[in-house]
Amino acid sequence: MIYSIFSSGFFWRAILAGGFLALACGLLGVFLVLRRDAMIAHGLSHVAFAGVAIGLLLNLLPLIVSLIICLLGSFFILKLKERAKLPGDTAIAILSSAGMALGVLLTSFKSGFGAELMTYLFGDVLAIAPTEVWLSVVLAFLVVILMVANYYPLVFMTFDREAALVSGVKVKRLEELLVVLTSITVVLGIRIVGLLLVSALTVIPAASALQLARNFKTTLILSSLFSLFSIISGIGIAYALDISASAAIVFISILIFLICLALKKLGLIKNF
Amino acid sequence: MVPPAEIIRVQDVSFYYDGILALQDINLSIYSGDFLAVIGPNGSGKTTLLKIIVGLLKPQKGRVFLFGQPLEEFKDWPKIGYIQQKATYFDPTFPISVEEVIVAGLYSSQKKLLPDKKLVREKINRALELVGLNNIGQKRITALSGGQQQRVLIARALVNEPEVLLLDEPTTGVDRLAQENFYDLLGYLNKNRLLTIVLITHDYGIVNKHVNRVACLNQKLVYHGEHLEFCQSSVVQQFLSGGHHLVSHRH
Repeated sequence: MIYSIFSSGFFWRAILAGGFLALACGLLGVFLVLRRDAMIAHGLSHVAFAGVAIGLLLNLLPLIVSLIICLLGSFFILKLKERAKLPGDTAIAILSSAGMALGVLLTSFKSGFGAELMTYLFGDVLAIAPTEVWLSVVLAFLVVILMVANYYPLVFMTFDREAALVSGVKVKRLEELLVVLTSITVVLGIRIVGLLLVSALTVIPAASALQLARNFKTTLILSSLFSLFSIISGIGIAYALDISASAAIVFISILIFLICLALKKLGLIKNF
Repeated sequence: MVPPAEIIRVQDVSFYYDGILALQDINLSIYSGDFLAVIGPNGSGKTTLLKIIVGLLKPQKGRVFLFGQPLEEFKDWPKIGYIQQKATYFDPTFPISVEEVIVAGLYSSQKKLLPDKKLVREKINRALELVGLNNIGQKRITALSGGQQQRVLIARALVNEPEVLLLDEPTTGVDRLAQENFYDLLGYLNKNRLLTIVLITHDYGIVNKHVNRVACLNQKLVYHGEHLEFCQSSVVQQFLSGGHHLVSHRH
């Protein structure tokens, strides 16, 4: 059994794509949670649903179409916040409803792709194609590189937005960058855990790390490790027990969160 | 003797929030070496003025010049240190160490990362030493007292070696002793490090021993001049008898 897991190509493809996605989610999630933007990934995943529907309807690669739709959607959220002076969560709610409605409408135009649509809604990491693996690796690598390159301004902006603005940090540009990176990460997560659970990957590992970490770097490292462990062990368990990988990944990350919370509440671990 | 350089010039500035007047025709110059206290009742436009000076708000009328340059063309932001109102009202769960707060301020002003880690460490230590905080670099900022947190924020501003420090009611929520120590530190930085300071405060009674100029604001600039002339000014007496009061403390 164990041998068959490690010798199968699709298992390693899933691990490769999942591992890179975990790093991107672990890093990005910390910034989103601390900026109270945790729901943006949830909102964008609903927007991505419209992209998947368009892709399937027009026989285009759904991930690419979703990426374009998500990027457009993310800028729409920023503009709604800025121009209409709407609170962030209201702008996200409006756009996510619009995305979901568009997706449902488009799926009613053509029958026969219900099963394929389900793999995008709930994810099917073990069915991931080699092209999608490389797309995931390249995009996740891009997310990590851009975050590392802008690390200190991002930290400053997240901790103290007003002081960062006065220090000459290009806050608006960085906020756009964060939303773009979130869009990319959401789309990458679609194949691994699906549209409906992708926001869990950006939020739960970061929330777990925040229970234990004393400084920003440790938070990022722990968040990435928790994310990595959840995805890899989730894929392994799903393969071994023949259950849904997305559910296994999310349940493992919730279990890690509960353990971290308990360790903190019981004072069994000192912040590190 | 060379006259002190003009660091900040506010010229004919008026500002409205959704049509409601907040500031009217403000003209104010701040010179190198000044320790200016900006005082006035709540809602008098003090915070608005400071936000206009640092470019966070754009006035509907008038202009601001920093170091002789129009604000919109000014790029040399490391010369400006800014600590906003309620700056220490952090999210108590925010995971950031004192050192990370300071280094974020340092790197944000650099065009590229400083390759010399030793130099970075020296700059951090020097900034912390200057505000009287040693050996707390690894501590989480939210674990410090309000007074210590204020000092960390000053250290973050000082790490870039600014020429002017603007502070908006920095001691809100800090106990009396910590306030006095904090203002003593500002006085030291002004006199010994020649740092120009602009301070919005309700605690004029505590800070007055350090300031050399006062600006009294109530949507208009009611008074702007030397601290020593301030108390005798008839304009100020009128201002105070008009139902406004300044919180002051007897020594």
